[in-house]
Amino acid sequence: MAKRVLLIEDEPNIIEAISFILSRDGFTVHTHENGDTAMTKVLAFPPDLIILDVMLPGRSGFDILQDLRADPISAKIPVMMLTARGQTKDREMALRLGANHFMTKPFSNAEVRDNVRSLIEA
Amino acid sequence: MPVIGIAGSRIRERRIDKGMRQADLAQTVGISPSYLNLIEHNRRRIAGKLLSEIGRALEIAPDQLTRGADTAILDGLRGAAAEMSLPVEIARTEEFAGRYPGWGNLIVAQAKRLASLEQQVQVFSDRMTYDPELAGSLHEVISAVTSIRSSASILVGGENLDADWEARFHRNIYDDSIRLAESSEALINYLDSSKADGTPHLAPLEEVEATLAKAGYHFPAIEEKGQAAIGAVMQDAGLRGAAAKTVLEAHLKTYAADAKEMPFNTFSSAAATTGYDPVQLATQFGVETAAVLRRMSCLPAGGEHPPMGLAVADSSGALLLVKHVAGFAMPRSGAGCPLWPVFTAFSRPNQPIRAEVTLPGANAQRLLCYAVAHPIGTIGFDVPQLLRSTMLVIFDQPQGVAPAISVGVSCRICPRDSCAARREPSVL
Repeated sequence: MAKRVLLIEDEPNIIEAISFILSRDGFTVHTHENGDTAMTKVLAFPPDLIILDVMLPGRSGFDILQDLRADPISAKIPVMMLTARGQTKDREMALRLGANHFMTKPFSNAEVRDNVRSLIEA
Repeated sequence: MPVIGIAGSRIRERRIDKGMRQADLAQTVGISPSYLNLIEHNRRRIAGKLLSEIGRALEIAPDQLTRGADTAILDGLRGAAAEMSLPVEIARTEEFAGRYPGWGNLIVAQAKRLASLEQQVQVFSDRMTYDPELAGSLHEVISAVTSIRSSASILVGGENLDADWEARFHRNIYDDSIRLAESSEALINYLDSSKADGTPHLAPLEEVEATLAKAGYHFPAIEEKGQAAIGAVMQDAGLRGAAAKTVLEAHLKTYAADAKEMPFNTFSSAAATTGYDPVQLATQFGVETAAVLRRMSCLPAGGEHPPMGLAVADSSGALLLVKHVAGFAMPRSGAGCPLWPVFTAFSRPNQPIRAEVTLPGANAQRLLCYAVAHPIGTIGFDVPQLLRSTMLVIFDQPQGVAPAISVGVSCRICPRDSCAARREPSVL
């Protein structure tokens, strides 16, 4: 069965590009655009990997990450954070809150694909 | 009072400048050369008749030999030493400032300039991190670039795309390129407008204080027309930051309300008549004491009124407004001395405090302070009580009714070792 990736991101064209390359790579990609309702989506149908943008409408990616790690259903799901802000403190914050990987925009498609593969296979 | 650290050195300099031998000067004033040598090396105090005779022999007024350095320069030099944490002869600060006042001023001015530049860097850094407009523009640019890069990679990456997908990614790239152009332009406009007039970026409170200082803390238009003049004053101020505008507008509204309750001419003469007694004035005008303190600080100095400084703080210790006048300074950043009445007033809300204070230094003036902390915001059960403290500092009005409280600027440059309020060791 294809592994499920949930992409929580609010930029429609980025969603389309990432969805396309991961689908081509054999993953089933679900998307969600709003920070406030992201947890409900995760808990309703827990994915194998979450790609989580930091700057979202509603709650931030950091807030969602904290909730993901606090809930037993989602605590172990690998999370890859995306951010347009590459400051060290953001990276440190993401890793401290329990992110498995941190990618700074703009990233390459190959980078996304390789990291998703390695996180899901780990 | 003679200042041992300076007078001897000045006598020596003056004697050498006049080409006079030590033995000749000693003979002229009737002392031994060895005693004069001790005086010149600041090992003996000098005052009275001997000082007058040496002054006469050196053709200089005695007070020019003993006059101490300006307190502001001394504090500035100590502050500069504290900031750099380099080993300097702190114990000889007064002597240095007395002997070389020009160099002293230069060091203090450079230290201020350095602090100002560091603050600008901090403001820029904060702006880069927290300015929502800049963060939003950068986010837009980076998001568009990310999307273009991903879509373009798919198109050129050898993916076997059908015509529909190809058209979609082309369309996405086109849309994102427009978004990128618009967001880049917005970003450039923003950066251009920030540097257009070449003036340094200031924190909102500093921007407001600079505006108030420029106006002498007095606004004749508001005195005359009240609230109706605020718009014109705001326009003249030409503040750039939205936060600074909000702070200034709030200040001017309070100013207008105070001016309405205490009309300028009546208040000005009443202040002088009562000897600047804020409690009497509060009773006379039927207003709270803090309003009187604010109003007094807006009386133009230089005429009939003494110079007056003002500090307003919230109970976290943050200074919300400081009117600096020569001889009165409080640090804008970092913790100040908690012994200033503006802070001690928080322990007795609504009760006016009168205290005389002295700053460290041989020439420090005795300052008269009035302070009061009033509750602000909602008062009720289960609601934290917020307090705001206002302190007026009056020069040339010491009453001597109680011993002066020894205050400082901040612990790092305060020499009072035994102070119970000390938070950290002094560099002095």
